[in-house]
Amino acid sequence: MLDDEKKPLVQVKNLKMHFPIYRGILKRQVGAVKAVDGISFDVFEGETLGLVGESGCGKSTVGRCVLRLYEVTEGSIDIDGTNIATLSGAELRAKRPQMQMIFQDPQASLNPRMTVGSIISEPLDEHKNMSKDEKREKVGELMDAVGLARRFADRYPHEFSGGQRQRIGIARALALNPKFIVCDEPIAALDVSIQAQVVNLLEDLQEKFGLTYLFISHDLSMVRHLATRVAVMYLGRLVELGDSETLYMTPKHPYTQALLSAVPHPDPAQAGNIDRVILEGDVPSPANPPPGCTFSTRCPRAQPICKQDSPEWTEIGEGHFAACHFIE
Amino acid sequence: MRDQSATVLDVANLKTVFNTRDGEVHAVNDVSFYLKPGELLGIVGESGSGKSVTMMSLLKLLPMPPAEIRSGTIEFDGRDIREVSDKELRQIRGGEIGFIFQDPMTSLNPVFTVGFQLIEPLRVHMGMSKKQARARAAELLELVGIPDAPARLKDFPHQFSGGMRQRVMIAIALACDPKVLIADEPTTALDVTIQAQILELVKELRQKLGMAIIWITHDLGVIAEIADRVAVMYAGQIVEHAEVKELFANPQHPYTRALLETLPRMGEARAERLPSIDGQPPNLDHAPTHCEFAPRCKHAFDRCRVENPQRRNVTPAHDVACFWDAKAGGPIDA
Repeated sequence: MLDDEKKPLVQVKNLKMHFPIYRGILKRQVGAVKAVDGISFDVFEGETLGLVGESGCGKSTVGRCVLRLYEVTEGSIDIDGTNIATLSGAELRAKRPQMQMIFQDPQASLNPRMTVGSIISEPLDEHKNMSKDEKREKVGELMDAVGLARRFADRYPHEFSGGQRQRIGIARALALNPKFIVCDEPIAALDVSIQAQVVNLLEDLQEKFGLTYLFISHDLSMVRHLATRVAVMYLGRLVELGDSETLYMTPKHPYTQALLSAVPHPDPAQAGNIDRVILEGDVPSPANPPPGCTFSTRCPRAQPICKQDSPEWTEIGEGHFAACHFIE
Repeated sequence: MRDQSATVLDVANLKTVFNTRDGEVHAVNDVSFYLKPGELLGIVGESGSGKSVTMMSLLKLLPMPPAEIRSGTIEFDGRDIREVSDKELRQIRGGEIGFIFQDPMTSLNPVFTVGFQLIEPLRVHMGMSKKQARARAAELLELVGIPDAPARLKDFPHQFSGGMRQRVMIAIALACDPKVLIADEPTTALDVTIQAQILELVKELRQKLGMAIIWITHDLGVIAEIADRVAVMYAGQIVEHAEVKELFANPQHPYTRALLETLPRMGEARAERLPSIDGQPPNLDHAPTHCEFAPRCKHAFDRCRVENPQRRNVTPAHDVACFWDAKAGGPIDA
């Protein structure tokens, strides 16, 4: 890694996203779901930052906030030097081509009534002033880049398999030459043999176009393969962030440790001798998170202080951050 | 090929076809397997490989038509399930054979309490009184690790979390002391930490209760963890079958080998590029006339494209449906 040249493309500071809960006939606000509750991280140019966590921890919300698909409650999101959290409509629109998203479910994120060609060229219609021929050529190039035959341009999404549909989604995200792409569980809906194809494609494209990814996933082994650095999220907060190798080999936060040890090993010879941390109970509700450290209700290391004070986000090694009172 | 001594379930040459407007779909093609008392058979395959349809066929849970079990025998406890009367079939379903489905939210009835849904099979299959059944239901919930069990019988499914709901499903499946438990992707909808809890629970229950289990999954990691034997399915057929350690140490079929290679492993150094299997799984609109994996197989040769390989033994407890000899690195003798 070229440490000296690392410069952040995306800087997220103290991001909060609280969804209000309304009750009663007067629709008074009675509380808020704290989906994201004060998180900060950088994404460096050309890297892949993996964001992992269990369902409901707020990782997809972070992805959507970073592209300002939600109006954030608090915090700033700098992309390439501009704080997009406060941009006005027209300015934001001018910024949109730089940041794109690949969605989880290629079935739901592609319009079934549009042909593949028109799906891929829609961003071009919106943001570029291209002639028909230019557009056709561009769509062709994009389809080549993601490994779809050009002759499929007039077909409809339902004629494709899951993996191919995901390629269509990727081609659409690439149409405007973005710098930054948020991949929200792009392989979760795919079969194992197809997952590897899509992951390899994402890596090839990153190299070819110099892309920066925020890769959101619950698949820890895939994230390890793909990500330069990994951030672990629990109940709306980051608990640990570090270089992918360091984090997987020497996880420091008890939640990261439990999460990693829960991944089944595809090796029956070892199955008996794995030291597994099995967490008790379930994730608490983000509408009513426990006081202090949010993980304290399930943490095997929890002490009285954990239930009172929220641990600080501290650097515990070079570029390795964690939030816990009892880092070994 | 098979060890006939004491099997609880013996399925031979099962063939299930769906008659659709666009023609026949051959979902399950000539599938044979057996299950011994107390063992856990894992069935691995990707979506559309026919794992779930095979299991649904066993209990005739498929809507017929369009589904049709065209041939085969399903021997359970000395009877052929295909031949038994509807009344007897009802006794088997949920009684002697328990079923756990993938999604605990859709397989529990949202308008009845969990207690009601647990008590129902006990009353119907075991002929218990209300009081007995209630006591047994609380016992079952406790068995699957739900705290404060007697009080939670009054709760509705939505009041439980995903992991807890799956525990309830397991309790229902276990209610009548089944000889065989069929679990169809029971942990797929769950998070890893919750999955780890459920796997731990299943291991514990096996030791306590000793029923035989068929565990369907697409996750080889889960298989490695809990299975005794594994059958790998591809395009409606079993392509390889072996004991779990043997299968992982010594995979024979190119599909199994590729599946194992594509898995990124947590403990090892990171590979530069993930090995992938090119192409797509086949359409099942025809009865197999050649090896269905051949178009994606790097070892495929002429014979694979004209003839469908039958399962052959590699060792007495390991068989594979492939014309390629992985050990010798060449085609097998014709």
